[in-house]
Amino acid sequence: MELLSLSAVELSAAIREKKITAVEAMEAVLDRIEECEPQYHCYVTVDREGALERAGQVQKRIEAGELTGPLAGVPVAVKDNMCTEGMLTTCASRILENFIPFYTAEAVLNLEKAGAVLIGKTNMDEFAMGSTTETSAYGVTKNPRNPEYVPGGSSGGSAAAVAAEECFFALGSDTGGSIRQPASFCGVVGMKPTYGTVSRYGLVAYGSSLDQIGPLSKTVEDCAAVLEAIASHDSKDSTSVERSDTNFTEALVRDVRGLRIGIPRDYFGEGLDPEVRSAVLEAAKVLEAQGAVLEEFDLSLVDYAIPAYYTIAAAEASSNLERFDGIKYGYRADAQGLHQMYKKTRSQGFGPEVKRRIMLGSFVLSSGYYDAYYLKALRVKGMIKKAFDDAFSKYDCILGPAAPSTAPKLGESLSDPIKMYLGDIYTISVNLAGLPGLCVPCGTDHKGLPIGLQLIGDCFQEKKLIRIGYTYEQCRKDLQGA
Amino acid sequence: MANIITDETIEYVGILAKLELSDQEKEQAKIDMGRMLDYIDKLNELDTSGVEPMSHVFPVQNVFREDVVTNGDGSADTLKNAPEEKDRMFVVPKTFE
Repeated sequence: MELLSLSAVELSAAIREKKITAVEAMEAVLDRIEECEPQYHCYVTVDREGALERAGQVQKRIEAGELTGPLAGVPVAVKDNMCTEGMLTTCASRILENFIPFYTAEAVLNLEKAGAVLIGKTNMDEFAMGSTTETSAYGVTKNPRNPEYVPGGSSGGSAAAVAAEECFFALGSDTGGSIRQPASFCGVVGMKPTYGTVSRYGLVAYGSSLDQIGPLSKTVEDCAAVLEAIASHDSKDSTSVERSDTNFTEALVRDVRGLRIGIPRDYFGEGLDPEVRSAVLEAAKVLEAQGAVLEEFDLSLVDYAIPAYYTIAAAEASSNLERFDGIKYGYRADAQGLHQMYKKTRSQGFGPEVKRRIMLGSFVLSSGYYDAYYLKALRVKGMIKKAFDDAFSKYDCILGPAAPSTAPKLGESLSDPIKMYLGDIYTISVNLAGLPGLCVPCGTDHKGLPIGLQLIGDCFQEKKLIRIGYTYEQCRKDLQGA
Repeated sequence: MANIITDETIEYVGILAKLELSDQEKEQAKIDMGRMLDYIDKLNELDTSGVEPMSHVFPVQNVFREDVVTNGDGSADTLKNAPEEKDRMFVVPKTFE
């Protein structure tokens, strides 16, 4: 049994069957981390002692029959923008270099209730602002498929940790594609759930109307099991939605007969790498052969999603990040007087990309520009939502690429912000419209870098995505085995 | 570049954002913000008259609860993260002379 290559669900089964203990699984992961971290740097914090202690406690509860679920005993990595009681939570920013929360994010608590065991916290773009994990104040993460390339971002550490087998699954957060794009670049499964499905309590806010926590995993089955564990209605998050259909593992059915899949022509136009295009269309054909009904259509407004998104996200970020003022927690600069202290603390504590977005956000919200920029973007958001509503009146799912290319090389993206933002073109509108999106690996390019297939569903239709993603994944496995 | 960001604008935005930028950072910020606004101006191609601004995708309403403390007194834990504290309070730099 190759322990580290087991999926989360397979590992928990092996633990239940007493082939291995939760402690042994954690030891194996920690050894792997020790071996790989100097090269990949997926983590900001690895809590070795705590992880082993927690694994021991969970093992006892498994033996006592208290924990029986599909994640019991499974080591998990959590993105460093989710609060974890007693464990450093930096958001990959200098301004939170010493922040130790005294409470745990609801999504992480839900995982702990399911018996998953926290290993540590993964690297990310600072405050989740970036698409490469290169804006982290704690060094870049490298793509385990080829360490000369970025893992994507902002949940790059989580995706890379799954790909490098430095955890069995991970949590990420997705504001404009930050789960799906790194999943695509690292060749793992990633899902952004419908807005409001997973509590944002304890998630350090970036763009509150867009942020959503979700799983990064090796398989669609794991993805469904994790989503089932973390989805909950939470009165501590005012935008939390009460759902009764969160038994997502029921959707792990290999059958897509009669499902209508729309392929937006606008997602296959200029700017799309030809190898990505052919891998994604090939995946669509696999689904068609299984009985899905494919149809091309025009989604419209695709080119307007990025400018609308960056206006809204920057506006919300400038407001959300006001709390980092050097008073209550985090870094404080030495300065005379309160206002000088605020300014110095923030100027020294935030990195260039975060400052860029705070400046832009402050501008679009300022008197005289609010209507022209911010309200205009919210109106466009309404139009984009309507375009998706129209599409979902005809289709069960929209299929396209997750990103226009495979992973870029390290060091090539940050010099041109707008070019980097354009890489989010296929993921961003999903956040604006609050939809669920699932990324499943569907091939590699000539460099051996992974390509991801993105499935987009109507609000609350995660089960359709899981069913289609699972069917595709199983067929691909058969094809590779043949 | 259609949007020319002046020194005054950068100064003003810096005050709003509570950021102190070096001269070099200011010059870069002028270029970056101008380019972003040029790009955002693309939204003006769309006629949005009659479209309501959508802040949330679902019709969310305020969530109310009774004004009762349910999470206990976390003040000691909260203060552990304070850069400076005294007598169970946050210490801040002088705010007036």
